[in-house]
Amino acid sequence: MRLEQIEKDMLDGKHGKSAQKSMEILTTLGEIFGAECMVDVYGVQIAGVSYANLGEAGLEFLNEMAEDGKVRVLTTLNPAGMDRENWRELGIDEEFFKNQNRAIDAFAKMGIITTCSCTPYLIGNAPHYGQHIAWAESSAVCYSNSVIGARTNREGGPSALAAALTGKTPKYGYHLDENRHGQVLFKVNASVKGTDEFGVMGKLIGDKLVKLGKKIPYIEGIPSATVEELKSFCASVATYGGTALFHMERITPEYNKYTKPSEIVIEINQDDLDKTRAELIDDDLEIDFISLGCPHASIHEIAKIAKLLEGKKVKKEFWITTARPTKKIADEAGYSKIIEDAGAKFAADTCCVVAPIKGRFKGIMVDSAKACYYGRAKNKFKVKIGSMEQCVEEAIK
Amino acid sequence: MKLEGRKIYKGIAKAEAIVTKDGISFYGGVDPDTGIVVEVGHDLEGQSITGKVLVFPTGKGSTVGSYTMYRMKKNNMAPAAIVNEEIDTIIAVGCIISEIPCVDKIDINCIKTGQIITVNGSKGTVEVK
Repeated sequence: MRLEQIEKDMLDGKHGKSAQKSMEILTTLGEIFGAECMVDVYGVQIAGVSYANLGEAGLEFLNEMAEDGKVRVLTTLNPAGMDRENWRELGIDEEFFKNQNRAIDAFAKMGIITTCSCTPYLIGNAPHYGQHIAWAESSAVCYSNSVIGARTNREGGPSALAAALTGKTPKYGYHLDENRHGQVLFKVNASVKGTDEFGVMGKLIGDKLVKLGKKIPYIEGIPSATVEELKSFCASVATYGGTALFHMERITPEYNKYTKPSEIVIEINQDDLDKTRAELIDDDLEIDFISLGCPHASIHEIAKIAKLLEGKKVKKEFWITTARPTKKIADEAGYSKIIEDAGAKFAADTCCVVAPIKGRFKGIMVDSAKACYYGRAKNKFKVKIGSMEQCVEEAIK
Repeated sequence: MKLEGRKIYKGIAKAEAIVTKDGISFYGGVDPDTGIVVEVGHDLEGQSITGKVLVFPTGKGSTVGSYTMYRMKKNNMAPAAIVNEEIDTIIAVGCIISEIPCVDKIDINCIKTGQIITVNGSKGTVEVK
């Protein structure tokens, strides 16, 4: 790899131990994946924040890096394993609380903004078109590459941290035009609306891509899509297909930058979507938990939930997972009071994927296809997908 | 016999080889406190990899595996070196943060369990005697 002087100096230890270790990680990855050089990143988003995933091993690594490591670019975190304020009410024990805070303290010591969210693009870690970044959360990677047109690979926890501590990432993969071309054309011949339907479509496309051994879909036939629908789609297609980039005709910024794929064409009809939806609804289902906000709810979604819950009472455990800054906007706007008066709870900083809630509930209803996957695989719940309205109806009936 | 591969992480280690054709997931697949492979049905299930040159095709599983390798190193339970056919990100990052010598692009059919081999992570070579 061709390194600039500052990169060589970091590698030689002239900028401290953590910068050296970071540059070792980045140059090694660069060599493995054939990068010719490094590229400066505008911002970083780090995964591997929940103590449940990090464990003592990860924590020890973070503490070692925090000895002399300081971030050089804007950096935020992925969701943690708990709401940092409301943890007790959400059933998190004291020991987990302490351990989770040890991890967050290590990140803070490095100068990372400890806002824990899978939607960094909604809370100020917002790159613009064409900027290079190093993000780790898979749904956010997909959103930034596809919807914003920024450029990032799917980073792991240590490689994202290394990018933060150096301001660099090796230039390979999705940082290069040649790797951003659509590979499979999906023609959608059905109306797709709402976060749940976009999630279902994400699973359908993701599953097809895995079978084909392809990663980048080009989607036509979607006339319009909201930010919330796109974030749901990103989470789903990344979960089921490992997709980090898609193009959607007349919706995403790079759709006409490259040649439209024509070799592999897949038609998506209403009955395909119906079949996929059925795969996201388990038999013998007893729903005792409703969770909205995967990926983290936007203020627009929270406003909608408040309207649906106004004057009602929920009869089941009901979480709304969101970023702390979004929760603060909801507090100011009065939405939080309406939602909490109805008996629903906010779980900020965390989500139902990373919180340690395995086995705590029998059946979960969500509007997110990603939440279905982790609800089943990680937390051993039965699952049902539905629209946001249907989820609220289930909670109050 | 000297095998030429690609350097992944620097350092030299000479130790007994333990070879498998199965991929390895350090997260969940290896007990970091004992160094024993615990993945059910794995070719190496029940065997210790501590202090040996671990030879396998490539890594698999969760990215948290890099941290598990780090924990093994801190527990003095890590392998002495790692040899892969084709490295993946998890193992590469694990070797770097744990400072385990590592070489890839090696034909692992040339190495047998029990042989004493020397891995030179700085040159990217494996010597089999």
